[in-house]
Amino acid sequence: MRQLLAALAAGTLFGFGLGLAQMIDPAKVVNFLDLFGHWDPSLAFVMGGGLLVNALLTPLILRQKRPLLADFFRLPSKTEIDRRLVVGSILFGIGWGLAGYCPGPMLTSLSFADADIITIVLAYGVGTFAARWALARRGG
Amino acid sequence: MTIINFTPLPALMGGALIGLAAALLLFANGRVAGISGIAGGIVYPESRTDLGWRVLFVVGLVLGGFIYQWSGLGAGVQQITAVVDKPGLIVAGLLVGVGTQIGSGCTSGHGICGLARRSPRSLVATLCFMGSAIVTVYIVRHLLGGAA
Repeated sequence: MRQLLAALAAGTLFGFGLGLAQMIDPAKVVNFLDLFGHWDPSLAFVMGGGLLVNALLTPLILRQKRPLLADFFRLPSKTEIDRRLVVGSILFGIGWGLAGYCPGPMLTSLSFADADIITIVLAYGVGTFAARWALARRGG
Repeated sequence: MTIINFTPLPALMGGALIGLAAALLLFANGRVAGISGIAGGIVYPESRTDLGWRVLFVVGLVLGGFIYQWSGLGAGVQQITAVVDKPGLIVAGLLVGVGTQIGSGCTSGHGICGLARRSPRSLVATLCFMGSAIVTVYIVRHLLGGAA
């Protein structure tokens, strides 16, 4: 129960932060990615601020024996840089550049209850399911 | 290149809150705040016991979006205008879904959490998706002269 409340609190803070940073405005995201036109550097400050705070806190947190409400930390264990990582990330970037939505701002924008948002979230869900299904069949 | 609509202060504060939220999830639940990973476990669940916290995190995202709209803070984004038409949104959504699952992460998981742990995999992933997104915007805006 307490883990569920912690997840809700973290999600709420995350969503509010995305709003405050205006990362939920796809036009602002695309302007950030438009290095060769009208460039809006703001989102570099979003990523910089997020990275700075998280990079300061993460080593302190991982120095604890275990998380506050769980038995152990679950961190990604893979270290190999493979083709899957590169190809997947490039595909993701194409989709991000096309519409200005990465997963966090996309899901946060469901708060606008807009037909366009619902369209892209559904497509995102289908893509996520299809890829997970295909990867599971391959045993990946 | 000209610089437009630059809002460094809310960007920095919003970013700091995102970093704090990710730290909170790690500190309390021992989980990495990668949104595509969290969402992936909802769409394609691996076990029933693993589902609840993921759903509540996403409910929190939407709730945070509501609170932001109600708060009327800063310049404020009160409505959203898509930058592409419906078929474009569908293609983009599919690519983001497939790409983040194959590449095991998105802007948050690789860009904020992974880089904070100094993961070389996340550095490569971040360079790849930032690079392909910049190239995509260049092609759509400047070569095809398309949307926005």
